[in-house]
Amino acid sequence: MNLSTREENGIVIFELDGEVDLETSPKLRQALLQQVNAGKSVCVGMQDVAYIDSSGIASLVEAYQTARRNSSGFGLACISDSAIRVLQLARLDKVFTIYDTIETAVSDLST
Amino acid sequence: MTKPSPQELLSRKKVIDVEDLVTHYGERMILKGISMDVREGEIMVIMGGSGSGKSTLLRHLMSLETATSGKMSLLGRDITELTLKETYSLRKKIGVAFQGGALFSSMTVGENIKLPLREHTDLDEFTMDIMARMKLEVVDLAGFEDLTPSELSGGMLKRAAVARAIVMDPKLLFFDEPSAGLDPVVAAQLDELILRLRDAMGMSIVVVTHELDSAFRIADRITMLDRGKILMVGTPEEMKASDNSRIQNLLNRRIEEEDLDPDAYLRRLTGEDQSNERA
Repeated sequence: MNLSTREENGIVIFELDGEVDLETSPKLRQALLQQVNAGKSVCVGMQDVAYIDSSGIASLVEAYQTARRNSSGFGLACISDSAIRVLQLARLDKVFTIYDTIETAVSDLST
Repeated sequence: MTKPSPQELLSRKKVIDVEDLVTHYGERMILKGISMDVREGEIMVIMGGSGSGKSTLLRHLMSLETATSGKMSLLGRDITELTLKETYSLRKKIGVAFQGGALFSSMTVGENIKLPLREHTDLDEFTMDIMARMKLEVVDLAGFEDLTPSELSGGMLKRAAVARAIVMDPKLLFFDEPSAGLDPVVAAQLDELILRLRDAMGMSIVVVTHELDSAFRIADRITMLDRGKILMVGTPEEMKASDNSRIQNLLNRRIEEEDLDPDAYLRRLTGEDQSNERA
């Protein structure tokens, strides 16, 4: 998994690339928690996620919960088909705020 | 998701490849040269009458037993050539839902589900909690994590066993008689779950069952075993259309009356058959 980070309009954008699995998800978890614990709003771009397992999804859930507790924003953007199927299986597509594009997410989260 | 066509299925990568597998229990030959494969994202159902060798084959596919001869690869790895460490690593990619559930009665359902994560990963405790609860959601047992197995019904136990089997998101999932002992409605729900797991997570799934309704509902292909040999491998439609009388007998639950060969019968009674098989 490759993880790139940038900031736009005060929103931290993570772009994930490759496979998020048991080996790589702790890195994602740490990076996400670092930002949401600092009170930052976060958008996770998932267009190039070839595969995400439950440990990756669990990292997103934990970060989302922390963001809500801190009253900061958290959204997922451009989710790949394989990732959305995993979210749907656990009905998490109804829990996360999901955006079609990173631009839409940034615009919404920064208001 | 609709079932793949036989052509499309056979163009996919093999996740299990078995060639001429022979195995004995003591001196008795149980599997007599089994060759079969399972493709990526396929649901393969193994069927056969009592004593056909289907449970033995399953144990070999799960690499719980060693064959007398033959070759077998799992997820592209020849299992006879793996070191202990490699076998351990391979097993992390395989999930098993045992017939009786095989949950530890002294642990809560949640602890049972987290067990593979504790064994095989260094994940944070909270991550493991979320993963276990997600899987309980998937099997429709949300909120049951603090109960012990003895507080669950038969169908719930089976689903809890599935939750544990999938907690590591295995590439390959084995089910041993998932519908056994369940009422038809609960059995159908479990079949639906098996299909959802394949469709959402792309798992390859091997199911051993003697439940015809279940087999025809979920199978992409069926391997029909009879007395340690493969009678036929085919789609449910091919199986139904087969003019092989042994297959039709198994499908129609007819007790087959064996033509009595006096010489063969005498050899069986005197143990001469087994001596020949050993040779």
